[in-house]
Amino acid sequence: MSFWGYPRPDGSVGTRNYVAVIPTVVCATATARQVSDNVKGSVPFLHHQGCALTPDDLAMANRTLTNLGLNPNIAAVVLISLGCDPMDIDGIAEGIARGGKPVEKLVIQHVGGTIATVEKGTRIARQMMSDASRLTRQQFDDSKLMFGSECGGSDTTSGLGGNPAIGAAFDILVKKGGRAVFSETTEFIGAEHLLARRAVTPEVGEQITRIVRRYEERFLERGVDMRGTNPTKGNIEGGLTTIEEKSLGAISKGGSETIQEIYEYGDRPKKGGLSIVDGPGFDAPSLTALAAAGSTVMLFSTGRGTPLGAPFVPTIKVTANGATFEKMKDNIDFYVDLAKKDHIGEIGAELYAEALQVASGRQTKAETLHQDWDNGLFVVGPLA
Amino acid sequence: MEKKAIVLNSKDNVATALADLAAGDTVALEVDKKPVSVKLVNPIQFGHKFSLINIKSGSPILKYGEVIGEATKDIKVGEHVHVHNVASTRGRGDVVKGAAK
Repeated sequence: MSFWGYPRPDGSVGTRNYVAVIPTVVCATATARQVSDNVKGSVPFLHHQGCALTPDDLAMANRTLTNLGLNPNIAAVVLISLGCDPMDIDGIAEGIARGGKPVEKLVIQHVGGTIATVEKGTRIARQMMSDASRLTRQQFDDSKLMFGSECGGSDTTSGLGGNPAIGAAFDILVKKGGRAVFSETTEFIGAEHLLARRAVTPEVGEQITRIVRRYEERFLERGVDMRGTNPTKGNIEGGLTTIEEKSLGAISKGGSETIQEIYEYGDRPKKGGLSIVDGPGFDAPSLTALAAAGSTVMLFSTGRGTPLGAPFVPTIKVTANGATFEKMKDNIDFYVDLAKKDHIGEIGAELYAEALQVASGRQTKAETLHQDWDNGLFVVGPLA
Repeated sequence: MEKKAIVLNSKDNVATALADLAAGDTVALEVDKKPVSVKLVNPIQFGHKFSLINIKSGSPILKYGEVIGEATKDIKVGEHVHVHNVASTRGRGDVVKGAAK
């Protein structure tokens, strides 16, 4: 099977052709938004970090913005910093330029304030968009795709139908030679032994156990019960009793193929096939990590119903909760009927076919409703 | 006939409701392709769980064939199984003994 995508200089293939306007720090976020508002086809990445971070969090923010800029769905990037922020705008720009795409930097304190920066940024982004729009879609084998998967606003239907359907679509893509990534390490707690068994080597299996322990220890160190934080109040109302139950349902969104690689938040895979990026269960920053990893189509299951999409990546919302589907039809793209649970492979194939259409340009509901700008960056803290 | 509840693995001691069910309802289920019926003690909301057997306090709760937590009270067959009678054994910084595995 094939899809129609945009070839990038680094050999990757995008499913969209955006100009990204990325602030390095919260102080530049409103300015970035205003630049993007002026230029049709450009998309901002809105976040509230970039200052007062620990060295580890600062490094994580720098690599995440670099790899976001390298996402194949982006044709060119405008970076906007404040000037006194500790973020490495030069390093981010160099990293993105290595992917062969145009990058421009604007520093608000050097340019001379918001209005001057918006003016300059608008001229740059307009020219970038004009250049990018010359590129037309070409036909590519579906093995050039990379899926990401997320679950959010979960209830028990997520583990029964939504996540298994996404997992079945993952298996199809990975078997064809494509790439897929999932995350939400918090939601491996209680199910990590099942994931470790699927690791390509014992070392990768141990890494899975290690990243899970690192998340769990943050709760143990603070002396709190993680129930209430995760599973959330809404998860519990939806019937999820413990993190173990939620995790056992959540991991099925990764399918059943061999796990090739584990990497840190903000990084991208070095190998093909199925991988895990270490990230939080909190959807917004998790989607950012999946986009930074290079996903070009996102599959997102929800039981309770959430509008959120991924930055720069078209997001297909999937639910197996019939009441949610009826109530939130404006937000949900794909319904999994639990009465057909025994045919999850066929449902996964339908979802895969829809993902190919979306890859070729069909807009998802999260996309048309602009639910994909405000994801933010993960921080471990403490903030200074 | 549409299923009113589902059991995911033959090891499980709980079922998940696929409809809003009333106390006193008798629910027909399939476990390992064998029919089982359970009379509900409590009303069970869509997506919530009920017990298939009597479960002793301190015993594991099994779903997906895996442990999802521990009973904090004796649970009778047909009872609602949720946060009021099940505790997690993971991420329990509030419990002194709770240490990461």
